[in-house]
Amino acid sequence: MSLPEDYLTYPHRAYGMDQTLYDWRPSSRRVPVTWPNGAAVAAMIVVPIEHHALNPAGKPFRHPGAMVTPYPDLRHYTTRDYGNRVGVFRILHELAQVGVRATFAINANQLVRLSPLVAAIRADGHEIAAYGLSPEQIHWSGLEAGVEAAWIAEARAKFDAAGLSPRAWLSPARQQSYATLDLIAGAGFEICLDWEQDDIPTAMTTPSGIVTAIPLSNELDDRTLLIDRRQADDDWAGQILESRDYLAGESAAQGGGRVLGFTLTPYVIGQPFRISALRQVLGGLASDPGVWTATASAIADAAG
Amino acid sequence: MQADPNLYDYWPYIDRPKIVWPGGKKLAFWIAPNIEFYEFAPPVNPFRPGWPKPSPDVVGYSQRDWGNRVGHWRLMELMDKYAMRGSVSLSIGLIDHHPEIIEACNARRWEFFSHGVYNTRYSYGMTEAQERALIEDSIRSVQAATGQRIRGYLAPALTHTERTFDLLGEYDFWYTCDLFQDDQPQPIKTRSGQLMSMPYSLEVNDVITYGAMGMNPWRYADILKRHFDQLLSEGECSGTVMCIPLHAYLVSQSHRIRPFEEALKHISAHAKDVWITTAAEIADYYRQNYWDGALADVARRGLATGGTGFDHVVA
Repeated sequence: MSLPEDYLTYPHRAYGMDQTLYDWRPSSRRVPVTWPNGAAVAAMIVVPIEHHALNPAGKPFRHPGAMVTPYPDLRHYTTRDYGNRVGVFRILHELAQVGVRATFAINANQLVRLSPLVAAIRADGHEIAAYGLSPEQIHWSGLEAGVEAAWIAEARAKFDAAGLSPRAWLSPARQQSYATLDLIAGAGFEICLDWEQDDIPTAMTTPSGIVTAIPLSNELDDRTLLIDRRQADDDWAGQILESRDYLAGESAAQGGGRVLGFTLTPYVIGQPFRISALRQVLGGLASDPGVWTATASAIADAAG
Repeated sequence: MQADPNLYDYWPYIDRPKIVWPGGKKLAFWIAPNIEFYEFAPPVNPFRPGWPKPSPDVVGYSQRDWGNRVGHWRLMELMDKYAMRGSVSLSIGLIDHHPEIIEACNARRWEFFSHGVYNTRYSYGMTEAQERALIEDSIRSVQAATGQRIRGYLAPALTHTERTFDLLGEYDFWYTCDLFQDDQPQPIKTRSGQLMSMPYSLEVNDVITYGAMGMNPWRYADILKRHFDQLLSEGECSGTVMCIPLHAYLVSQSHRIRPFEEALKHISAHAKDVWITTAAEIADYYRQNYWDGALADVARRGLATGGTGFDHVVA
């Protein structure tokens, strides 16, 4: 099979980015952001609340954490569900112990089933972000026309029905189509947690308005480090605190605040034997005067 | 195929009716030695091969036989030292192959529960009659060999059908170790009987920690201690359950068993707050004291969704 004639033509080969969502900007040209009380690092903790179906279709790929063995894979189903029943309450407890507020990204389809959890999250003053409908509804460019817009509208309606008005959006599996950013902007979402092209927030431009991207570290993802890469719990904690130290030092040397965004996945970090590592991280952030632990909306507002 | 098995209702970990274990203990601790038989030449199950490599998988097979010849005996002596009894997750066929092991466990007043006939015979694709035969064989064979009526189940190689739990309820099983949604027991929604989920602490199972997670022996001992410390501290609010699921072919290896002993020593040192027991004793106590309260709490909080496991398909 041969390649088409135009395979070696490069229509976007010019200075800057090859798309129009945001401009090229090396870190030396940032407009400095400042955080409250002169903090160097804004720590954004994202807690994904997801429900993994026992019979995943897995289109266009299986969501991280999806079933593994033949149906019925009750081993992985119940292990994931453990996070929403037990593990997340350990995370809430530890957050409350150090007075840290986090951003809980919730699958819209779980708002009713997990209503006691939603109430507990709200009672503790955390932010709630939209996390699509479910891990079964991954946004991607192969969806039929209209499907993605309908999913986003349905998610918005379900949050409305739960009395919630999330400003921030996280896509299932952090996967987008070419249209996702425009569609979530059109549905009133101001913040997106899928993109991580800088250590500070980035204003993303869509036909439906501006969306602020706040970086969430893929390389510090707890599920990836602890499960996929089998790292030790204390090493996970050490890497987050190392990142904090480095970013604080860079901020001191170069000026401007930085963002340290990372996940606490309930079925991973909520296991009893990992809570001591969680305490190391939360204690290390909460006790550091150079760190501002903040929700996605607080960071977006401070970034202006 | 169902997205949600409906085997239990969502029940958040906070504000549940308080559990206090016998003697005012905060944590119920049990050990599940998996005493298994893997076939040299297993038959084909279309859903999963008997061994990850082509049969005969001589390394996998002989390592597991090492567990039966050497490993279990080492583990039994170690558990004797700390006065801990096992609840044996038993490949029922092992009763015929290696009765000496069964006699040694029985002499120690260990509990037995069914882990299928062989760990190379999976539940995937079984008819109802086949699954009933497996369960009836389990009850009958253990009764004949030990006089015990088994009350617990862990499906062979964690393979299930949509009927498994209804059948366990019907055959008067008290607990299943197959569901990992909680650190406390919970009533399971079966069509008959009174079946609960027994916390089996899969994440600290040596197959997970040594196999999937590739831990070294000292790290395994460390996470066992951390797991225990956390659940013991939570047990102050409401009693928790911790299990250590073990496979002698892994944990009893000469480079691993001394670090493992450190974990048992740590747990043993907290005996004043810990009920060191068996799964059947936990299940019995829970059925008598907390079953009704659990159901009432789920209902009171508006979380009872009704129905039974997989009932939206099994007409």
